[in-house]
Amino acid sequence: MAYPADLKYTKEHEWIKPDGGTASIGITHYAQESLGDIVFVDMPKVGTELTAGKTFGSIESVKAVSDLYAPASGTVTEVNGDLATAPERINKDAHGSWLVKLKLKDPAELGSLLSAADYEKFVAEEGGP
Amino acid sequence: MTGKIRKATRHVNQNEGLIFEKSSPGKAAWKLPPLDVPEVDAGNLLGASERKDLGHMPEVSEIEIIRHFTRLSTWNYAIDLGMYPLGSCTMKYNPRVNEVVARLEGIANGHPYQPERASQGALRIMKTLSECLIEITGMDAITLQPAAGAHGELTGLLMVRAHHESRNSPRKKILIPDSAHGTNPATAAMVGYAVENLKSNSRGMVEVSALEAQMNEDVAALMLTNPNTLGVFEQEIHKIADILHAKGGLLYMDGANMNALVGKVRPGDFGVDLMHLNLHKTFSTPHGGGGPGSGPVAIRKFLEPFLPRPVLTTKSDGTLGFDYDRAQSVGRVRSFYGNFGMFVRALAYIMANGPDGLRQTTEDAVLNANYIRKGLEGTYDLPYSTPSMHEVIFSDRVQAKRGVKTMDVAKRLIDYGFHPYTTAFPLIVPGALMIEPTESESKEEMDLFIEAMKSIAEEAENDLQTVLSAPHSTRVSRLDETAAARKPVLRWKPEGS
Amino acid sequence: MRYLPKSPADREAILKVIGARSIDDLFAPIPEEYRLKRDLKVPRQMAESEIVEWFRERSRENGDGLCSFLGAGAYLHYRPVIIDALISRGEFLTAYTPYQAEISQGTLQAIFEFQTMICELLEELERMVTPKTACVLIQSPNFFGTIEDVAAIAEIAHRKNVLLVVSIAEAVSLGIVEPPRQADIVAMEAQSFGVPPSFGGPFCGIIATREQFVRQMPGRLAGQTVDREGRRGFVLTLATREQHIRREKATSNICTNQALVALMVNIFMTTYGKVGLRELAKQNLAKAAYAAQQFGKHVKVLFPGSPRFNEFVIATSEDPYAINGRMLGNKIVGGLPLKKFYPEFGNASLWCCTELTTRTAIDTAVGFVAESERSIRSAKEESVEEVAG
Repeated sequence: MAYPADLKYTKEHEWIKPDGGTASIGITHYAQESLGDIVFVDMPKVGTELTAGKTFGSIESVKAVSDLYAPASGTVTEVNGDLATAPERINKDAHGSWLVKLKLKDPAELGSLLSAADYEKFVAEEGGP
Repeated sequence: MTGKIRKATRHVNQNEGLIFEKSSPGKAAWKLPPLDVPEVDAGNLLGASERKDLGHMPEVSEIEIIRHFTRLSTWNYAIDLGMYPLGSCTMKYNPRVNEVVARLEGIANGHPYQPERASQGALRIMKTLSECLIEITGMDAITLQPAAGAHGELTGLLMVRAHHESRNSPRKKILIPDSAHGTNPATAAMVGYAVENLKSNSRGMVEVSALEAQMNEDVAALMLTNPNTLGVFEQEIHKIADILHAKGGLLYMDGANMNALVGKVRPGDFGVDLMHLNLHKTFSTPHGGGGPGSGPVAIRKFLEPFLPRPVLTTKSDGTLGFDYDRAQSVGRVRSFYGNFGMFVRALAYIMANGPDGLRQTTEDAVLNANYIRKGLEGTYDLPYSTPSMHEVIFSDRVQAKRGVKTMDVAKRLIDYGFHPYTTAFPLIVPGALMIEPTESESKEEMDLFIEAMKSIAEEAENDLQTVLSAPHSTRVSRLDETAAARKPVLRWKPEGS
Repeated sequence: MRYLPKSPADREAILKVIGARSIDDLFAPIPEEYRLKRDLKVPRQMAESEIVEWFRERSRENGDGLCSFLGAGAYLHYRPVIIDALISRGEFLTAYTPYQAEISQGTLQAIFEFQTMICELLEELERMVTPKTACVLIQSPNFFGTIEDVAAIAEIAHRKNVLLVVSIAEAVSLGIVEPPRQADIVAMEAQSFGVPPSFGGPFCGIIATREQFVRQMPGRLAGQTVDREGRRGFVLTLATREQHIRREKATSNICTNQALVALMVNIFMTTYGKVGLRELAKQNLAKAAYAAQQFGKHVKVLFPGSPRFNEFVIATSEDPYAINGRMLGNKIVGGLPLKKFYPEFGNASLWCCTELTTRTAIDTAVGFVAESERSIRSAKEESVEEVAG
């Protein structure tokens, strides 16, 4: 699996795609594959303040549930409503299915996140696909 | 569905629809006696609160109900059909005499509020069972109120909290080994405690040095299952208890696996402060497809003031009664006195066994688990070589290399006539096969089971697809759980609505 | 021991295969100092006939054959015989929680039908509400047997932006009393539907909610789906709410779902059905109305203006414990004295009549109460005369 170079990654298997002062957040291909068929995403409301490294929701498959960790701090400006009725989109295209959009508090925070190459290496070490 | 002609395309027994699909106006399975008091006008008495319609409640005849549920019943596996080796669940024989005595008129129809002098029979049953359970656990007192094991845990932790608060030492944490049942952390969280995990060592036991490092004055209790979920007896139990007690913490024992100990060793003798029992596991009350259960909590003397209200007592005139006047009680944890019907069954089981039978039962349960361990060792991977008590845990490490996971082996086992073992638990064993035969299996039945498991391991090598697409002998094949969870359909609705 | 299927030779053979010299080898992991070296002090092994006799004796000591006016959360209704005939089938009785769906379709379909019938009885809670932070909790019919104006309370609750939780203790009332349609959550006890009072349990508690709260619900849920050939089937679903997956973050620690008791309730609801449940409720209503009217000739019946179902409260001049004591001699258990729960209620007691309560029993009980009132009145008159004399 090629991890897109324009995204930044976390060790909790989230990706973040910066776009000026805002960014969209999702889970990685590796994460969706380990979860299996995703059935539900519990997401924050617009206006919620996220703190980098803290949980902001959860994502469920039939027999597993994973917390979602914010890759960066900021305020939720948009929530992907399509996922409420069609969470399987994440399985089909994890890097194209954003969960929430953020207004970043400090874009510099992204500097400490993993690049695509680093993340790929990290996943390989974890014994991933 | 009326007016629509249905053809028998499969065996009718295999094709039973929902009861609503058999309903039509005017069919009835009930008959009330004539009213011996004047009729009333519901509208007059109830006004706007009168209900006019009961929607789509079914209208069917008695024979249809009998056939409907009898047909449904044949789609279930049951202990009465064969071995049910669900690890941790203790699926033992449910004696029929238990059911008979629970249905005796004065027992089944006893009202919880009838006067104490007309309740001496029920109170005597509770008293006798309490005495037996106190003796079996080696504890000092007991409450029968909790409705099931997890509820027992909740009751126990409420008492732990009350104990610490009474000593002005409110604490924040509960320690739980990583091999524990999910109920333990869930219960701790419900009581408002933070959960701290305790890593198991390579022998599958609590690492005493780790416990020592994590133990401090903020720890209210350790919740420990013994034997633990790997079927392993915590040999350093006395050290564990000492470490906790030295810093004022309590040792809570999850008694889910008490069937490995009854008559052989008593938790009260190895340092446990409080514990719950599952009457539906160790004491043979039926699981009934998921309940009812009963989860008495046995305690040491110093916790007695905190017992849930009311407490069963012997009065000065020798009769039994309830004491409601308990200032330090954690309060009621259930309406009335608990799942009384289960007390009756558990006591009947203890009486049928006696001290010798209870001990033999425990010995046979451990004997059986070790027989299966011996039979399957070498065929399935044994992640922990520590001696097994009442259950044995294998992993799918060998078969997984061929793409066969524990769930696939489990589903294939159905075709051989056995209920699957517990899959994917405990969490510390990747791909776990958790097998608990209980004492209720004969050597012949276990030999068949071992043969079946070996045969499936062979199929995993030579006939992969047969395993991966199992079961083949059931009314339905593997069901789409993903679809069920994505768009939940939790009730029937009439067509077109 | 008659439940154990092994001969001494079997045990020896198994020990040999395992490579153990004796059974004690298998218990070696238990430190010697803790092992029990004596028999447990529990009753000796008893024959089946002895066990039955012991419990028969307890049954006789437990109000066997009494006629009772007790309700207050545990109700004695007639239980159609097919309930026990069906739930005694080993396939229901001795099955586990239906985790393995392919060999548990009977239990799963029964739970699905149960869920449907409960939703029908409570009428669908479909109106959307906005997320709220607190709740109002009411019971209807309430502890005194009177029916609350749920609609009015709901309006206030929803105006104040709080959730309305309604609890129902007497399920039979749903045959003739409007369900709490406006509630956000209904907590219900279904014991009345075919479950014996059994000295207080096991019963069958139910929680019903609007669809939007379903992921916050505790407990097991059966959902419809299809198998690989497209056939309808059922599975336990939304399991990620539960403790075995979410552990300390689960919605509750519950594992048990009272399945066998729910099956009794299911068969009861199916037996009475759409018409029978209403007629059954009507008989309860009529019996209680008659009893209240008869008692009303001698004592005050409290809350006269409020509609009630099958329970009502009377206030006697004499301590109800004393009256009940005399009635017990005639094999009648009188209403529940309320002073234990509500000291301010003095001599009030809560009476319940179901379809099983005969007119004769009601008339006899009324006779005792009338007699009590008469003797208290004449005692008073005597003392007045004494004072006057």
